[in-house]
Amino acid sequence: MLEVSGVSRSFGSRQVLHDVSFTVGDGRMTGFVGGNGAGKTTTMRIILGVLASDSGTVTLDGTRLTSADRALFGYMPEERGLYPKMKVAEQIAYLGRLHGMSSAAAAASTDRLLDRLGLAERAGAPVESLSLGNQQRAQIAAALVHDPEVLVLDEPFSGLDPMAVETVQSVLAEHAAGGAPVLFSSHQLDIVERLCDDLVVIADGSIRATGSREALRDEHSTPRYEIEMSADAGWVRTLEGVQVIELDGDYALFEVPRGDAGSALAQTVLSRALATGPVVRFGRVHPTLSQIFKEVVQ
Amino acid sequence: MTTAPHTTAPRTPRPRPLGPAQATWLVARREMSMRLRSKAFLISTGILMLAILASIIVGGILGATASTTKVATVAGTASVTAEVPGLEVTEAASADAAEELVRSGEVDAAILPAGTSSTSTTGALPYEIVALDSTPTTLVQLLSTSPEVVLLEPTDDGDGFLSYIIGIAFGVVFFMSAVTFGATIAQSVVEEKQTRVVEILLSTISARELMAGKVVGNSILAFGQIALIALISALGLTITGQSALLGMLGPAILWFVVFFVFGFVLIAALFAATAALVSRQEDVGSVTSPVMMLVMIPYFLVIFFNSNEAVMGVMSYVPFSAPIGMPLRLFLGDASWWEPLLSLVILLATTVVVVLIGSRIYSNSLLRTGSRVKLLDALKG
Repeated sequence: MLEVSGVSRSFGSRQVLHDVSFTVGDGRMTGFVGGNGAGKTTTMRIILGVLASDSGTVTLDGTRLTSADRALFGYMPEERGLYPKMKVAEQIAYLGRLHGMSSAAAAASTDRLLDRLGLAERAGAPVESLSLGNQQRAQIAAALVHDPEVLVLDEPFSGLDPMAVETVQSVLAEHAAGGAPVLFSSHQLDIVERLCDDLVVIADGSIRATGSREALRDEHSTPRYEIEMSADAGWVRTLEGVQVIELDGDYALFEVPRGDAGSALAQTVLSRALATGPVVRFGRVHPTLSQIFKEVVQ
Repeated sequence: MTTAPHTTAPRTPRPRPLGPAQATWLVARREMSMRLRSKAFLISTGILMLAILASIIVGGILGATASTTKVATVAGTASVTAEVPGLEVTEAASADAAEELVRSGEVDAAILPAGTSSTSTTGALPYEIVALDSTPTTLVQLLSTSPEVVLLEPTDDGDGFLSYIIGIAFGVVFFMSAVTFGATIAQSVVEEKQTRVVEILLSTISARELMAGKVVGNSILAFGQIALIALISALGLTITGQSALLGMLGPAILWFVVFFVFGFVLIAALFAATAALVSRQEDVGSVTSPVMMLVMIPYFLVIFFNSNEAVMGVMSYVPFSAPIGMPLRLFLGDASWWEPLLSLVILLATTVVVVLIGSRIYSNSLLRTGSRVKLLDALKG
């Protein structure tokens, strides 16, 4: 388990991180979301030791990180970059060796990754000759070459073509399934929503919410239901405690209070509707991540 | 939450984190292999080596031809030149034929029996020299007997021209290496900042190791080039029969190589640190120009003041010019045995201090992309 606790950091007189604490569980895909300038990149840099924190600690399984531990991390910085004139395979193997791999292991791992990422035939080409999409794939290979035990990826999906997004998703999921803590940030909340187990929401340098996706959903939204029947749904408005959000002929979207009373109320709506005629559709509407995000950040 | 053991998937053996020396060496090796693969670098090195070899050989040939004087003799005077070195003797059939050789310029002078051409009969020697339009001083000296001269207080001024040439040679070689390899380091530092690859590098190794690797890699290349130049010079001097000059130059060249090693590390660290302040190749020139000045000033000083003992004395102790100044003074015999050692200690101490400050500037500037980092901010961190 990767644990960030009480981390603060200032640049000059501007404090960009205020007492940031969260955990990334083993095998948990943890999405790190926040607006521009919220402090995601700074936090990730501090986790990787690229940047020092003013206070606070970063621990892995309870022990403070040393540079030796960090060599086992896979990191994809927000600012992408590889040596433009170096050959793809050579460059990735070089990074593997910097992580402490033997040259044979680095070469073998490079071949395997390039194959997996569909870059095998470009292995001998200089990075600058690759298309942008392929450069991104090479970047992913650079983060994974040493088979990292912890993954920290800053905006891994930005600038990727849909094919590459698929590949990265499956590679990340595979690492998480192998038990590695995976922390990734993204602006693309739909991808985060699809992919993550846990969420960390940061705004203005402070953590606003952490927890599993489901828990956050329940915590930060009033339960919503939708119902579609075969007759006019106008009567739903008249029920005590039901807040109708949208009404369109025989369709209604409504909120009920949290808790058992709310659930019971929703069931009441359903049974009343069944009494009036057949019900086409009834169900809980889960708020999207961006709705939760807006609510948490505000 | 349980700690899932990583035994589910087949894993490559867990990599062992690198020690600082290994990390530095990996970086240095990459620097060298990238450089050695650059055609521009290989071609320019080849041209430099050829130019040095050619200048030594041409110099040797010119020196050899200038020192022989062509003379014509006749039967009666052949014995005069028999024991004299440095003469190329042509035996003419008659005095008239010998005079004709002088007129045609085939020989510099003719040695004829006394009274053949001159009207004077008061000559003390049994022969006379006939030349075209000026006295052939070299020949006269060769044929003269000089009394032994003993100097009570000899001053060793050395050979003015030779010391000028050697001073410039040291100056050019140091200047060229420092500028070419210094600029290479600066470019490679900025390349990593500009392409952002530096952040990945810093997540695996420290900034200090990264900078050390760059300095070591480029220093090895620069040193290799210098060693090659020294070797080629020695070779050239030997095959052109100038081994006497080699004997005089040898110690100076050795000292130059020693001073060069530390002097170059000093310059390299400065280039790396200053280049780290900027994020674009376009800005490298302006930000490294103070360092460039530090390299250029000694070069110009040695051109203009190579015979000025005071200036050279100071130069041989200032760390940036010591690699040029001290070997030159040693060649001229101006420096006592302890002077190069003292100068070397000063150079070493300066190098250590500069490397420490430089690596601080370097570490603190690497992740600040965008506008130029102020030196003071980089020092404070």
